[in-house]
Amino acid sequence: MEAHAQQAPTSARTRSEHRLAWLLCAPAVIAMLAVTAYPIGYAIVLSVQQIDLRFPEEGGFVGLDNYTSVLSSQLWWTDVFNTVFLTVVTVSIELVLGMMIALVMHRAIFGRGVVRTAVLIPYGIITVVAAFSWQFAFAPDSGFVNNLPLISDEMDWFGGRFSSFAVIIMAEVWKTTPFMALLLLAGLVTIDSQLYEAAKVDGASAWQRFTRITLPLMKPAILVALLFRTLDAFRVFDTIYIMTAGAQDTESVSILGFNQLISRLNLGLGSAVSVLIFLCVLAIASFYVKVLGTRVEEGRPGS
Amino acid sequence: MQLTARVAAIGLVFLGVVALVVVLLASGGDSDAAKGRTLTFFVAIQPGGSIEEVSKRCSEESNGRYTIEPEFLPTDASQQREQLVRRLGADDSSIDVIGMDVIWTGEFANAGWVEEWTGKRKKEVTEEVFPGVIETASFEDKLYAAPFNTNTQLLWYRKDLVKKAPRTWDEMIDEAEKLGRDNAGTIQVQANRYEGFTVWANALIESAGTELLSGPETVDLAEGPTTRALEVMGRLANSSAAPPSLSTSNEDTARIAFESGESAFMTNYTFAYASAKEEAPEIAKNMGFARFPGIEANRPSKPPLGGFNLAVSSFSENKDIAFDAAACLANGKSQLTATELDGLPPSRSDLYSTKVVTGAFPGFAELVKSSIEAAGPRPSTAAYQDVSLAVQRSLHPPDKIDPEDASSVYDELKSNLEDAVKREGLL
Repeated sequence: MEAHAQQAPTSARTRSEHRLAWLLCAPAVIAMLAVTAYPIGYAIVLSVQQIDLRFPEEGGFVGLDNYTSVLSSQLWWTDVFNTVFLTVVTVSIELVLGMMIALVMHRAIFGRGVVRTAVLIPYGIITVVAAFSWQFAFAPDSGFVNNLPLISDEMDWFGGRFSSFAVIIMAEVWKTTPFMALLLLAGLVTIDSQLYEAAKVDGASAWQRFTRITLPLMKPAILVALLFRTLDAFRVFDTIYIMTAGAQDTESVSILGFNQLISRLNLGLGSAVSVLIFLCVLAIASFYVKVLGTRVEEGRPGS
Repeated sequence: MQLTARVAAIGLVFLGVVALVVVLLASGGDSDAAKGRTLTFFVAIQPGGSIEEVSKRCSEESNGRYTIEPEFLPTDASQQREQLVRRLGADDSSIDVIGMDVIWTGEFANAGWVEEWTGKRKKEVTEEVFPGVIETASFEDKLYAAPFNTNTQLLWYRKDLVKKAPRTWDEMIDEAEKLGRDNAGTIQVQANRYEGFTVWANALIESAGTELLSGPETVDLAEGPTTRALEVMGRLANSSAAPPSLSTSNEDTARIAFESGESAFMTNYTFAYASAKEEAPEIAKNMGFARFPGIEANRPSKPPLGGFNLAVSSFSENKDIAFDAAACLANGKSQLTATELDGLPPSRSDLYSTKVVTGAFPGFAELVKSSIEAAGPRPSTAAYQDVSLAVQRSLHPPDKIDPEDASSVYDELKSNLEDAVKREGLL
């Protein structure tokens, strides 16, 4: 970093460089505004109106009515609970499994490339395809799961809330643990191996080395992995849509939004749901960045 | 020197490619002119190939006025609708003719997405068509589509296990319980949380003597009959006659279970017979058929009604010829092609004595006809999706209904339906 310390250049040159910088950034900024800011703004505009595609003659500004009807609905809170539950459980399992896989990938002595590729395969499969595969595997009439020992042949996995959640969580974990492992591996490789050697010389056990060296030094990587996965998990849609479509009280907030927007074509109500989901995601992101961001600084190697 | 030569060479190649593309485009245009206008026909895929067949025949019969190009939608009804509404909601002019499910009529018509049929054309496409089917193609007394195929559910049962077809659901559950689960004593229905569940619930409620809605925005749901229908639903779901995966069953899982010999009874569409003959000839030999069971012995049942009608998109740039094309695609000859290749019942009542229909429905062509005539269609309203979601939310999974006292579920259904027709609240 020190190498980049600059002497102050002439102010005219700075200004022209600034202008060039803005000019070079402009296409990206414009593209970002067009594809993110515009749709978000449009959703907010729709959410304060009564708009239903099936009733084109109706419409008009209704203020916060849509938000009131969403927030006063039992359904919204049930779905928020379902989504938070799914997020917490899947991300926790993924973190533990992902860490184990990352350690294995890091230590693999032979066939490193093969091990890493093999672990990544589930993440390369399209979510919808993975969801269908697991749904067929758990289907009572045609799936293989009910033929396994200890499992009743008549078990209807998608016929109950608990068992449906179990399958959904399993499919999500199977699919995205490799992503988690990859992010953690990136953190793992930055740790200087001399630290471990020094600890070994001092007589630290393997567990002590993991908790005293690996975990603290990996904190930034862990936080980044958690942030990505939490945001992803909170917006879970595909797996639930394929497996239960929200039946047996397994609906997530994204499915709820889909029902209002696509099934009912009620753009006002649906946009209100979308904006609320957006606010939740924003809250999660700022929680990680603000509250945990300081720890990211602390955990940075060499700080 | 060398560089300029290379630039020149690249330039020449580029020009050549451009010229080739222009020539190809021009010749494409020429051959299109010979085939007339191209009309795009968005319709659910039919595995037997009847859509391709009728599109080809009507294109030929148009004497070069138009060529119909089918564009297939998925097999799942909600996904078909999703693809269509996304296009129609964006005023997409690439759709000319729409294969419209009977439950979309109110919604598409009210949204201004489909054209009204009037005058001579209206008379032509409704001739000899079952009145109930014409109603499914109409909204607020205006016709919005040409009836194509219709569909209804029958009771399918095993003649080797059951002597006489039950007339009511209670009789059928008794009979199944007597057989016992290990001896195929189960009843296959469609009770996953999807449109098929609404079909089943609506048929039970209609058969009990009331209806979900009495008008596009008025909930009917007389308490006595509705509670009775719900109790029957709850009784089945909580009895040994319910297959283990009742709450995730659909048309296909029901068919597979019946064909594997697991169940003595099944309510399902007419495709079940041809499928069993193909997949399970031993079962098909003993396959009996009867009218969809009722709720009370003294009240005839009202079987479900399905099918597709053909509408002309309001965003089509060729509406006039699209009407002609839709009329041809839906005419008697086309309906018979759909019966022959895909086993779909025609919507014209005069076709039921033809060899094609009696051949496709051996021994039960008359039963299909009388079932369609007696059917209780799902409500006709622009807010149909809201109504269907409300039914599914209130009654699914069916084993939550207390077979002795369904009054609390009744209250929930009624209040959800009131919200649905007013399009209020989340669903």
